[in-house]
Amino acid sequence: MTPVVKKVVPEVVRPEVTRGAVFFTPRVDIYETPEELVFLCDLPGVTPADLKLRFVHGELILHGKVPPPPALTEFLVEEYGVGDFYRSFTLPIEVVPENIKAVYKEGVLTVHLPKPEKVLPKQIPITVA
Amino acid sequence: MTLLTRRFPFGLLEGEMARFRNEMNELFGPWGFGMRGWPTLAVTYPPVNIWENEEFIYVQAELPGMKLEDLEITVTGNAQLTIKGKRRPMPTVEKVEWHRQERGFGPFGRTILLPIPVVPDKVEAHLENGVLIIKMAKIPAAKPRHIPVHPG
Repeated sequence: MTPVVKKVVPEVVRPEVTRGAVFFTPRVDIYETPEELVFLCDLPGVTPADLKLRFVHGELILHGKVPPPPALTEFLVEEYGVGDFYRSFTLPIEVVPENIKAVYKEGVLTVHLPKPEKVLPKQIPITVA
Repeated sequence: MTLLTRRFPFGLLEGEMARFRNEMNELFGPWGFGMRGWPTLAVTYPPVNIWENEEFIYVQAELPGMKLEDLEITVTGNAQLTIKGKRRPMPTVEKVEWHRQERGFGPFGRTILLPIPVVPDKVEAHLENGVLIIKMAKIPAAKPRHIPVHPG
């Protein structure tokens, strides 16, 4: 497990070139509670209807489409690029695919991946003999 | 591009500096001062894109996970735009094991010298899906005037 790295100023996200198109890698927080695995993804500007999340063979694949900037002559200042997001993760633990829940709010996607019941921590009653 | 983001004490020099920067960009291409089209180092946060049309100037910034009430947007002296805010950390959950933490949080602030003076009363800010767009009306003198050309 990666140690916690607190960053006040986020790093620059560089666009990645794949399949002839430019994709941005969204910044992601991943944490695990005894019951579930939670992903928080920064996906500003994504049209919620064009946000695709798939779970294939233990891999979580995220793809967000961002509409291009309005037809304009030229940027006076251009400090960041706008484009589609893509990222995939191999999950470190087993989850229940049917119970995965995802919410997109204020440009942040939150994905809850519950663990199967068999791995949940269980309190074992102790009988005093 | 970063020169525009600094608070520049000599207002008159600003135009000169911008011109110098543009010339350097042309000389050195994308590896000059601004690295155009490539995100600059996020020393100043948030990074912005600025564009204009005849009537308005627009400043856009990506601020995912923020609400408009968490932001303070002010325009001073016609051409100085300040964006201040605080990104709240995730509500702390007990017994959490972190696998990855890439998203930043905390207070931030930035002052941008606008290349065109604006009317401070005519500023609108919209925040949708984590993207902030500030629309500012240019002062009438800064709007382009169409000159009719008559055939001679």
